[in-house]
Amino acid sequence: MSRFRIAVHITPRRGILDPQGKAVTGALHSLGFSGVHDVHVGRYVVVEVDANDRKAAENSTREMCERLLANPVIEDFEIESVGSHAREA
Amino acid sequence: MMKFGVVVFPGSNSDYDTYRAVVDELGQEATYLWHKDHDLQGSDVIVLPGGFSYGDYLRAGAIARFSPIMDDVVAFAKKGGPVIGICNGFQIACEAGLLPGALLRNESLKYICEPVRVRVTSADTIFTNRYEEGATALMPISHGDGRYTADAETVDRLEGEGRVVFRYAGGPADADEWWSPNGSTRAIAGIINEAGNVLGMMPHPERAVDPLLGSADGLAVFESLLARVAV
Repeated sequence: MSRFRIAVHITPRRGILDPQGKAVTGALHSLGFSGVHDVHVGRYVVVEVDANDRKAAENSTREMCERLLANPVIEDFEIESVGSHAREA
Repeated sequence: MMKFGVVVFPGSNSDYDTYRAVVDELGQEATYLWHKDHDLQGSDVIVLPGGFSYGDYLRAGAIARFSPIMDDVVAFAKKGGPVIGICNGFQIACEAGLLPGALLRNESLKYICEPVRVRVTSADTIFTNRYEEGATALMPISHGDGRYTADAETVDRLEGEGRVVFRYAGGPADADEWWSPNGSTRAIAGIINEAGNVLGMMPHPERAVDPLLGSADGLAVFESLLARVAV
């Protein structure tokens, strides 16, 4: 058993009005970053999970996203492994 | 006597308003239901009240839907028991899958607390039969996440089936114009489920039950239940 750190990026689903992202886009434009096309503001969640291997940790995190961490009606999510360290089982 | 069970989550703040509306204004019985219990105490109607359950952590209503009592509330609703989700209760009902869609951050990104006019767009429900269809009612809204959102197909279906029960009604100039204080899709303020026994609404009928509060227009939601639901 190892402990894995899995990061989850949750962003408003494309096509759904994201007023926060719009406001930030406007602010960046007024700072002179005219190349900014769009900004999406979401959440970043780090889950530390014990699992047999990385794949199992990722699968378990995906299920967490589907059931709680993200709302599929309004949000998209991406999963990324950010590290692991061995741990006594 | 009709018995209203008012669920209390950590962070609920409209539970007492609801209790008071039922007991003092409607003259019926109310009881608090602690969210960790598994007992609806024989309630005839369940209210998921307004507030900030679990501090709105993650998403409004996302954690509360996993409170132990929600298993019983969902089972009660599936059997046809009447459930009202008000404000945070609407958010919880959506997260729990009792109603379609979700409530997102207000378009203005600001918390809005003010009386608004809502139009009763369907008076043929157990929650609205004491209103005239098309009439407007004055009730307060008090929320930061009230922008109703669902895919176009779902919204078309809600409208086609007469399940949009309340819509925000226009500003003073033209009361017929759709107008949404929070950016809600098609100015939707309240919807019911397919079976017609679950209502979710962002405005607070329980805070508009006495002229002293600025309006008594919300009382008809509770009176409608009393008229329709057999005890």
